[in-house]
Amino acid sequence: MSAAAAPTGLFDCRDAYVRTVEQLAADDDRIVAVVNDSVGSSKLGKFRDRFPERLVNVGIAEQNMVGVGAGLANGGKIPFVSGASCFLSARALEQIKADCAYSHANVKLCGISSGVAYGELGATHHSIEDVAWLRAIDRLTVIVPADPWQTAEAIKAAAAHDGPVYIRISRMPVPELARTDATFRIGQAERLRAGTDIAIVANGTLVHHAVSAAQRLEADGISAQVINMATVSPIDTAMLAQAAATGAIVTAEEGLAHGGLGGAVAEYCATHSPVPMRMLGFPGFLPTGSTQWLMDRFGLNADGIFAAAHDLLKVKAR
Amino acid sequence: MNLRASRIKSRANWMRRRLLAMIVEAGQGHPGGDLSATDIIAALYFDILRFDSAEPAAPGRDRFVMSKGHCTGALYTALAGAGFFPEADLDTYLKPESRLNGHPNRTYLPGVETNTGPLGHGLPVAVGIAVAGQIDRADYRVFVLTGDGELQEGSMWEAAMFAGHRGLGQLTVIVDRNRLQQGAATEDTNALEPLADKWRAFGWDVAEVDGHDPAALLTAFDTACRPRSKPLCIIANTQKGHGVSFMENQAGWHHGVPNAEQYAQAIAELEAEMVA
Ligand SMILES: Cc1ncc(C[n+]2csc(CCOP(=O)(O)OP(=O)(O)O)c2C)c(N)n1
Ligand SMILES: [Mg+2]
Repeated sequence: MSAAAAPTGLFDCRDAYVRTVEQLAADDDRIVAVVNDSVGSSKLGKFRDRFPERLVNVGIAEQNMVGVGAGLANGGKIPFVSGASCFLSARALEQIKADCAYSHANVKLCGISSGVAYGELGATHHSIEDVAWLRAIDRLTVIVPADPWQTAEAIKAAAAHDGPVYIRISRMPVPELARTDATFRIGQAERLRAGTDIAIVANGTLVHHAVSAAQRLEADGISAQVINMATVSPIDTAMLAQAAATGAIVTAEEGLAHGGLGGAVAEYCATHSPVPMRMLGFPGFLPTGSTQWLMDRFGLNADGIFAAAHDLLKVKAR
Repeated sequence: MNLRASRIKSRANWMRRRLLAMIVEAGQGHPGGDLSATDIIAALYFDILRFDSAEPAAPGRDRFVMSKGHCTGALYTALAGAGFFPEADLDTYLKPESRLNGHPNRTYLPGVETNTGPLGHGLPVAVGIAVAGQIDRADYRVFVLTGDGELQEGSMWEAAMFAGHRGLGQLTVIVDRNRLQQGAATEDTNALEPLADKWRAFGWDVAEVDGHDPAALLTAFDTACRPRSKPLCIIANTQKGHGVSFMENQAGWHHGVPNAEQYAQAIAELEAEMVA
């Protein structure tokens, strides 16, 4: 399904993705795109027109797509394998594991319209398990950018990185985040707000909600730090140590409540510095509903983060 | 046209009008593939399949597996028309908490055999159903409808090979051969031809039929129901968007929603077809 145009001030990160891949391709003829009948949904029409030979459409065949991507890498290309994240991650999971990660193939896996972008199309089309599955795979970098700037930076960093990378490309409209230090490094989280009472660790489409929640908490006299943990694997443990020092952590992600970012943070905290946590995400297979309806129904917004923080601070106080 | 065929024609016409109304109301849908599959699905549900909608899990029922799960407009109108759930439920299509999700879900919608949506799943499951029937010497029949683009998935050919190997005579695949996938023509993307030869090479009987001719479909399905020693593939030549002139053979209508004017025109064309 095609997404409606983003409201003003909000952006579809696929645009930053294709802009960046096109720029990279113009400078480096090793860059190719690999798709599964997903030229339109990946917004790669312009790329195809500019670089017709470098757009490889394997048809509706995700396992083949990722295997072909690994082969292209073997042949010296830098493939951006680009398809709906639900099918890319689920259908081709073993190709991602064996052909990309275990074989250390230089493949860039771009999971398009991740999370619940496909709303009413249901659980088969929701990609909420991808981060849990993929962060379990050794030697695979997993990045969940939060806004257009970070999407573009992640794509550039992935192209420069030697090895397989999975990048979630959301189409859910998000604002460009305000940041003072605009540098992106794989494995390095960014602190968007300092704070001492509690830490909110979020990524992807939840980061701007985390910032809004922190602003409202401040009005209640609560000092909340906000961390944008874009790279889930490898995770930034130094930043997590600082988050844990507040004594309470809320995680928020557009994915399963277990196994993904929250799971990664919990693993670190449980083994290094246990703190009470709340992990916000989806419980499992979701009912029929639009993207917005699902996010609100499951508290994945500023209200939900705000309420979870208050709730958690009661536990911390005990 | 004989009585059976004219009944299918009128049911299919109703399905087309109803599914377009659903898509307009929901604000999204896959009209192209819905409309190419409508006559096939109508012929199955309103003539060929043996089932009791009051007992949708009856062990001896004929099975229909919707491998091209994105075409829920066609599937849901048929299921409602066949009595699996109230017709009024069609108005809830894609609404919050509706049983009528964008892709069929057997855990909350009677009549659905298996959850589909990711392409390439229905045929393997249908093969498993047919193997169970073979083991039990049951006489139910298994029909599965696939997209043609869907045949680019390797899982389809793994299943096809196994069905040929097992000689699953009670299994019939119908390929909705509308020659378009999501973005372009199948033959320009990853060509399927010679398609009939491929199925034959995998151990199947093959028939070709006009997928919009109810009489021809019924003849093909009647043949499918006679005792066979091989699985049967019916290549149904269809048009994406069939029945609505501006949608016909247009990849752009794979998904989309007619505006008010287009909707009025579509309904007018479909009403005229019934008068004709
Ligand atoms: C595994 C998988 N990959 C991609 C998609 C996205 N998708 C939905 S429908 C479609 C095109 C299907 O074409 P075809 O099988 O010919 O169906 P039809 O023309 O009957 O609509 C695609 C690529 C999907 N649903 N599942
Ligand atoms: Mg087709």
